[in-house]
Amino acid sequence: MALCMRKSPKLINLLKYRMGLFDMITPCFWNSTSSHHQEFPVKAPIAHNLGNPDKDLSVKTTLFSACRFKSTKPEKQLNSLNDADDNKVLDFPGGKVRFSPKMTFISESPEERTQCYRVLDDNGQLILGSNLVQVGEELAVKMYTDMITLQTMDTLFYEAQRQGRISFYLTTIGEEAINIATAAALTADDHVFPQYREPGVLLWRGFTLQEFANQCFVNKADHGKGRQMPVHYGSNKHNYFTVSSTIATQLPHAVGAAYALKMDRKDACAVTYFGDGGSSEGDFHAALNFAAVLEAPVIFICRNNGWAISTPTSDQFRSDGVVVRGSAYGVQSIRVDGNDALAIYGAVHAARKMAITEHRPILIEALTYRVGHHSTSDDSTKYRPVDEIEWWKWARDPVTRFRKWIESKYWWSSEAESEFRSSVRQQLLHAIQVAEKAEKPPVADIFTDVYDVPPSNLHEQEKLLRETIRRHPRDYPSDVPA
Amino acid sequence: MATIVGAATALSASKSFDSRKLHLPSRGSLSVSERKGSFLVVRSDGSVVHKAHRAQKLITNAVATKADSSAASTASKPGHELLLFEALREGLEEEMDRDPTVCVMGEDVGHYGGSYKVTKGLATKYGDLRVLDTPIAENSFTGMGIGAAMTGLRPIVEGMNMGFLLLAFNQISNNCGMLHYTSGGQFKIPIVIRGPGGVGRQLGAEHSQRLESYFQSIPGIQMVACSTPYNAKGLMKAAIRSENPVILFEHVLLYNLKERIPDEEYVCSLEEAEMVRPGEHVTILTYSRMRYHVMQAAKTLVNKGYDPEVIDIRSLKPFDLHTIGNSVKKTHRVLIVEECMRTGGIGASLTAAITENFNDYLDAPIICLSSQDVPTPYAGTLEEWTVVQPAQIVTAVEQLCQ
Repeated sequence: MALCMRKSPKLINLLKYRMGLFDMITPCFWNSTSSHHQEFPVKAPIAHNLGNPDKDLSVKTTLFSACRFKSTKPEKQLNSLNDADDNKVLDFPGGKVRFSPKMTFISESPEERTQCYRVLDDNGQLILGSNLVQVGEELAVKMYTDMITLQTMDTLFYEAQRQGRISFYLTTIGEEAINIATAAALTADDHVFPQYREPGVLLWRGFTLQEFANQCFVNKADHGKGRQMPVHYGSNKHNYFTVSSTIATQLPHAVGAAYALKMDRKDACAVTYFGDGGSSEGDFHAALNFAAVLEAPVIFICRNNGWAISTPTSDQFRSDGVVVRGSAYGVQSIRVDGNDALAIYGAVHAARKMAITEHRPILIEALTYRVGHHSTSDDSTKYRPVDEIEWWKWARDPVTRFRKWIESKYWWSSEAESEFRSSVRQQLLHAIQVAEKAEKPPVADIFTDVYDVPPSNLHEQEKLLRETIRRHPRDYPSDVPA
Repeated sequence: MATIVGAATALSASKSFDSRKLHLPSRGSLSVSERKGSFLVVRSDGSVVHKAHRAQKLITNAVATKADSSAASTASKPGHELLLFEALREGLEEEMDRDPTVCVMGEDVGHYGGSYKVTKGLATKYGDLRVLDTPIAENSFTGMGIGAAMTGLRPIVEGMNMGFLLLAFNQISNNCGMLHYTSGGQFKIPIVIRGPGGVGRQLGAEHSQRLESYFQSIPGIQMVACSTPYNAKGLMKAAIRSENPVILFEHVLLYNLKERIPDEEYVCSLEEAEMVRPGEHVTILTYSRMRYHVMQAAKTLVNKGYDPEVIDIRSLKPFDLHTIGNSVKKTHRVLIVEECMRTGGIGASLTAAITENFNDYLDAPIICLSSQDVPTPYAGTLEEWTVVQPAQIVTAVEQLCQ
């Protein structure tokens, strides 16, 4: 749990008074982990607390601004300006900035788009000169087999929905590399806040096929007790926070979790996923901003798959994708080929290290393509050409690409492939059968967990409902235990 | 004064030991056996003999508008005097001392001490991380609080003004209230969302919102409204200790109320109403600032010979129907005085709840006094007339008791 911070502030206050209030080398007690903030500006502009009735205003605001402006990077950079340049510098709140008599507008788009990190070419061959994080055989094979499992699960559950056996489903086809490779680069302690197209992360962490099926088929064994739509998985055991349908609301949650981890000084970070569409939500901007200001260890992973239901990215934003937004908020960012499992693995691995040791957020934009429809309620052929979908499905499949790489290392073979595929298919079919036959969640589960203990009005409402069911049994499903 | 009358509902195990014993009849005597019939309410003419006598007896115990009557404080240790915002801070500080996972986040809560000084001094004591200044994005810092709560902290999110939390409605409704349920109980959200709301002195329409009417429908959250320094501190502590998300409504105009509160630790119950002034003729249900308008009207009413029972409902979601019900069964007349708008306010829900549950006990239709369905005007005179005034309350009681 969180360390008790009572003693340290007292000690530091004592030190402060001993060393004199204007001695600037007193650290702020919360910022103990940032090792690179050793000195900070003596003449930090004081623009706050103008209405503060405090008597020792100047003292407090000097200390206040000393703590406040400690981590403003641009200020630190310009500290190295030499005196001769002093008359070319303005110091408004926020730090010193050079002025220029020439009126220039920053271009709305860079001359060249931000480059994309990739290490495997389309044929699964390592690109010469790439710097990558090594992946051993065991890890690589697990990554590959989990990708196949994810693909098979998606296919079978999608079909089940089409057959009317579940009400809803959405697939991750085309984004398997992002799902599995990011999960592989994280540890079990990292808190994951998914959007909804990341079941692969849960799969990697050990959620069983049966558990997936239970949630989709909404039976009694579902961890969510039948309260959420299919695909809205959640498991506190696996540090995978229950999916909420609302777009991008999980981004601030991740920042909050990172804040908690930072307070507790855990060796873990928060990770959150969202799509290109999600980056338009207000929560995205505020979350990135917060994370930067807070210096929170959180990784923001954007699955830029080109489509937000029927809205292409050209109608979603006019910036160079999502990666450029990072610098707007003071967040380090990288663009990665989302269909290259090794590149993703490497980027997330590096990002995680940075996030935890340097206490900073990182933005990763993974470029990819949403091969499937948005969900079972969508038919994407209505707004995009079929051959585009087919091309991405066959020619740019991330799973095939990774397979070519592991096969080239003799860690996989076509026999292993067919064997694994049929085995996992059997397991899934079995899981579906079991899930379908299992008991449904009872009526009591409608009323529990709204609060920690059901209040009287809910007790009443439950009684009423049970009475109604008893009186009109034919109007209610017979397979739901009362 | 604050009193914990009546049994708590099963919602939370609160340690509500009330050190101030009041000179009030015990719960038992106020029960159904007191079904009246014998007291017909009086007009301002004659036949007021035993009424007046009764009324006189109660004037000495009548609670003044400022909650510092001598009767209650003599019953226990002297305690200490403070203002409502200081009481909130005291409660907050005690909880932060007691539990290291309690943290505060909001705009200007850190070194500035909060717009209403509720968090003053806390940042210096606990550090910038535990009393966190956030950028201006209500939806997102509420979301951040939710994420932190799910990860094991107990955050208190401060909205600078309740109205700003409208931006946080998405997070509060779709995530805060819901995630414990939709996750099958796997993740809990012990968050407290608090802030000042209500009509102030010419703050303009956007800063005079009554958010309790909008939030009351959200399943999964609890709502309480404080009105005195005593219950402010007690409710703050209870809200922090609760495992459920709690929204604590404060009022902009009540922050400088002074009262003497006990030195020893106490916690109020989140689900109980407060009996402000027991009576026999009519039940007046109110909360927050309107409590003071009601008490002012009560003085006038007592002079006119009426004996109103005033209950500060305090718990806006769920309603304390036990206390309210017992009162209705005794007086058979209900007047609700609220600051919410007419349509869809707390009063509207309360009217429905009472009618549904206690219809047989009512001798007259329930009267609900609320603000009109208009945005609060800036002009002082106009603003005054959108808020229920004591004169209206007196008229309503007279009408009810005809």
